[in-house]
Amino acid sequence: MTEQNEFPESGRVPTRVLGTPPADAPIVDSDPVHAPEGVPGVIPQDPVQARKAERIVALLFLVTFLAGAGFIASYVIFQVGTIDRTATSNLALGGTLTLALLSLAAGLTVWVRRIMPKYNLVQERHEMRSDDETREYVRETFLQGAEESGFVKHRLLRRTLLLAAAPLGLAPLVLLKDLGPLPGTSLRHTVWGEPTKDGKPRRLVVEGSGQPIRAADFNSPGGILSVVPEGYEEDLNALAKATLILLKFRPEELKSGTNLNWTHDGIVAYSKICTHVGCPAALYEQTTHHILCPCHQSTFDAADGAKVVFGPAARPLPQLPIGIDEEGYLVAKSDFDVPVGPSFWERGDAEAEVREKAS
Amino acid sequence: MNAPPKAITGVSTFVDDRIGAGNFLKRNLRKIFPDHWSFLLGEIALYSFVILLLTGTFLTFWFKPGMAETTYTGSYAPLYGVKMSEAYASALNISFDVRGGLLMRQIHHWAALLFVAGMTVHMLRVFFTGAYRKPRELNWIIGILLLSLALLEGLTGYSLPDDLLSGAGLRITEGVMLAIPIVGTYLQFFLFGGEYPGHDVISRFYSIHILLIPGILLALVSAHMILMWVQKHTQMPGKGRTEKNVVGAPFYPAFMIKAGAFFLFTFGVIALLGTFAQINPIWLFGPYTPADISAGSQPDWYMGFLEGALRLMPAWEINFLGHTVTFSVLIPALVPLGIVMTGLALYPFLEQWVTGDRREHHVADRPRNNPHRTAIGISGITFYGILWLLGANDEISANFHISLYTTTWFGRIAIFVGPAIAYWITYRMCIGLQRKDAEVLSHGVESGVIKRMPNGQYIEVHTPPAEDIAEHIRGKKEIPVLESAEDGEGIPPKGARSALGRLRAKMSEAYGTDHVPLTDGHHEEGHEGEHAGVGAGDRKELH
Repeated sequence: MTEQNEFPESGRVPTRVLGTPPADAPIVDSDPVHAPEGVPGVIPQDPVQARKAERIVALLFLVTFLAGAGFIASYVIFQVGTIDRTATSNLALGGTLTLALLSLAAGLTVWVRRIMPKYNLVQERHEMRSDDETREYVRETFLQGAEESGFVKHRLLRRTLLLAAAPLGLAPLVLLKDLGPLPGTSLRHTVWGEPTKDGKPRRLVVEGSGQPIRAADFNSPGGILSVVPEGYEEDLNALAKATLILLKFRPEELKSGTNLNWTHDGIVAYSKICTHVGCPAALYEQTTHHILCPCHQSTFDAADGAKVVFGPAARPLPQLPIGIDEEGYLVAKSDFDVPVGPSFWERGDAEAEVREKAS
Repeated sequence: MNAPPKAITGVSTFVDDRIGAGNFLKRNLRKIFPDHWSFLLGEIALYSFVILLLTGTFLTFWFKPGMAETTYTGSYAPLYGVKMSEAYASALNISFDVRGGLLMRQIHHWAALLFVAGMTVHMLRVFFTGAYRKPRELNWIIGILLLSLALLEGLTGYSLPDDLLSGAGLRITEGVMLAIPIVGTYLQFFLFGGEYPGHDVISRFYSIHILLIPGILLALVSAHMILMWVQKHTQMPGKGRTEKNVVGAPFYPAFMIKAGAFFLFTFGVIALLGTFAQINPIWLFGPYTPADISAGSQPDWYMGFLEGALRLMPAWEINFLGHTVTFSVLIPALVPLGIVMTGLALYPFLEQWVTGDRREHHVADRPRNNPHRTAIGISGITFYGILWLLGANDEISANFHISLYTTTWFGRIAIFVGPAIAYWITYRMCIGLQRKDAEVLSHGVESGVIKRMPNGQYIEVHTPPAEDIAEHIRGKKEIPVLESAEDGEGIPPKGARSALGRLRAKMSEAYGTDHVPLTDGHHEEGHEGEHAGVGAGDRKELH
């Protein structure tokens, strides 16, 4: 440490205060503590140190050169095509690129810090506002121009110009209308309400395999299936509303919330689309009969009409009326009686309407 | 070197003859940039943006923003023959069949995370040091716009690959749009071109993601830089630094090279992450279908606070006249974002209104020296942080074996209590730190030397603080307080007569009152020997 002591004290007081940095390395920032005579604010580095630093910088730049060359070589040498080869290529390309960039960055930093002088230059600031004279000139010019243009004097011109601008401003908005069809009542229906081509009720099929489900085979209580409508297995628009979660209960487990007329032999079908914001409510806990949506953790009691027991969803998952066809496969008896999925402005209290209609 | 090389003089003469660039360079080559570690935070965001533009352009050469169904026949064996959208297939293609494609995808994603993170911490730096004050309010607003647009840019970006995870984000976006009263259903149908998911949203997001928003970002970033350049950077308080000057290193050559090096560091670190830290492995998620989801789906970090807000909102939905308003979606989707962004945008103006301070400020505040501002900021961070944490409550629940619903209830309470506690603690800490500063100035710092007095008493000798530290501390500025005292006849000043005026005066007093005025240590400079303000009450006695 240099003897840059600003408080010469008796021998018993240390020249450097404990716990503070040495005087030549201020903590506040790179403000140099002392400036040599001659060039205030530009403090050259010690030439011996600078020469040492030069060698370090040169080494780092050389590493960058080699790594950069390695990057190009890696591109040629390592082909992709399998998972392993992609991984190797990624590692080689990324590794050389990283090394080249970091080494170049380090080289530049050493250059600035150990070869370039240290700076403590001062520049004056000026108020941002223009002076009064300028302001006055602009004011006058503005008024003069407004006067000359006649915009102020000619009222009819002014008003019709504003009038002319209004529809043009709206035009771009009008153009956006064809972005999509109007909603109509499409959010209220799912494909479960549409009979198949030959007029039969639509079968429930297992998501993924597309297998229809024979009620007699889906017989272990606690069982769960993700179900999609037959014929729409790959129609994402249909699936976004019609996907079901199919559960098998012992008859005594079902509570009053579940409509028993819509079940078949303890098999219940609920919409899988969460009534909160539409994620698939895909997690099921057998012991509690809870259906959990993994997005925002709305929890529904599957044994009790899928009513909400926790979380932000405000409505139960709608239940689909199901039965079996003549071959014993599960089918939808009709569409959901309320809209599925997240709430929307036009939805209204569909559940209450249904209750009213029933009574 | 006595004369610049011919190659340079030739070109510069050509340019100067035609556009007079010399005048600009004369003024700006030696422009001074002050130095402080925290000034680098915004640069991280800037350089990440450059990297995003570069890598993003690369990705567009192969990405196909289509939702038409295709059968995957690329190199990734586990998905061979699987039906998927063109977008997902081309994203897989970039990952496995284009050399460097996976690297660029991962660098792009990491750079996006760092872009928003850099902006966020930069904004916090500007907030806590009061660098948004006059004349920089406009640049502050531009910054808020940049941050908001960056969130939108991120949302449209991570929806593009059309994998199962990105689809979950889209589905939530759809659900939130539906919840908007009156126009929500229409907006959703217009954005998605009909019912969700439709066949249009990816290509629409694509043009928004690669053209519309980056174009606006580029324009605003340029404006941000130009304003910074014209107004000159703020500086931290210190020796020789005033409101009228700027102290530091010149643009040419030092700052230029430093900035270049920092760009390369940023790029290098992002490349390092892109190489070794896997991010968004879309091939593991599979193609999107609205029927499926994986547990533990998480958005990118900057969407976490919205996700958390959605999770901790209790169920609340009302119906009237055949219409539905679902507050359990509307409130969490709009209110936290609204509070944070609007609060940030208005803060400079609210502060001016409260303090009546219309002066220009170029020396930044140390956060402790404006305790209420700092407390408000930490309070906001706490609010945001709790929401953010709750956005991962399923992970917290799984990893720390806490009941899921307990974490939700914790969040529901903490979102109100947390910011208040944070405010109080921060305020006290600021005052404490100010006291420490005052003590350093008036009594000096402990020297570690124990001295025995003639009467047998032991004391610790204090010495004055190092000059640069002392100057840094002395940079504390008084916060103006509105005049509200009654005059001789018991009449308050004009502004403080209405109820609002009285409130304003009260707030001003609370905001600006300096509880720990600095008693400058200068008066002790004449002393000789081992002095250190060892007053009667300040002795550190040894027992």
